[in-house]
Amino acid sequence: MNNLLDITEKLVNISAIICTIGISISLLLLLIRVMVGPSNADRAVALDGIGINLMGIAALLSVIIVTTKLNDVVLLIGILLFIGTLAIAKYLEKGVIIDRDVD
Amino acid sequence: MFKPNDLILRTTTSLIAFILLGFAVYLLLAGHNSPGGGFVGGLMTASAIVLMNMAYGMETVNKILPINYRTLIPIGLLIAVATGIGSFVFDVPFLSHTFGHFTLPIFGEVELATAMLFDLGVYVTVLGVTMTIILTIANDQEDGLEGNEIGEDSDS
Repeated sequence: MNNLLDITEKLVNISAIICTIGISISLLLLLIRVMVGPSNADRAVALDGIGINLMGIAALLSVIIVTTKLNDVVLLIGILLFIGTLAIAKYLEKGVIIDRDVD
Repeated sequence: MFKPNDLILRTTTSLIAFILLGFAVYLLLAGHNSPGGGFVGGLMTASAIVLMNMAYGMETVNKILPINYRTLIPIGLLIAVATGIGSFVFDVPFLSHTFGHFTLPIFGEVELATAMLFDLGVYVTVLGVTMTIILTIANDQEDGLEGNEIGEDSDS
């Protein structure tokens, strides 16, 4: 029984490390898209993807170093990502982020 | 000037702003023995109000939240200083904090610390400062020339 627990723990650790490597490759590819993206909208979407990958890395890190204190960080990154993407989209469309008076 | 259709943004905002405010209160209250505290809580509240500003415009949000954010800064500083001065009443040095166990009707036995009141002062001050900065910068389009130029550029 104890042996099974050890194997499971090792399996979780190994898969978390493999997932971290995969997300790192994805982050590098997204970084290339941010640098060479022809239009500004391409860069905005790539930044959105980078933020989502960062959420994944934070969650995997809380699996590797065994802690639950990083759950707030994952939620925080998601919220800030949403607001930032919204601000970029609004700037690209209208030119102002906070307008004084809508309709 | 074309008129955009913001229906999805507005519906999502009215839902997400509540989640953000709840998360801010959670961060403020959980700061004693897990990550969080007054600073992050104030920033989360400010981001919820900024989200409402982005979706509904400044005038509408001023109508439903008639707060002058500049007055929040001295209020927060006063709360923080008052918790420090309050320790003189009990004949202990400045800013010494204490805690005690109380039995509340619903929550049962909880540990209440006076450091929470100091955190509340930090929360109010951070909220006031952040909203003052953001809304002052956003108000800076009064001459109409620069704002219109940027708007026309993005249309082409």
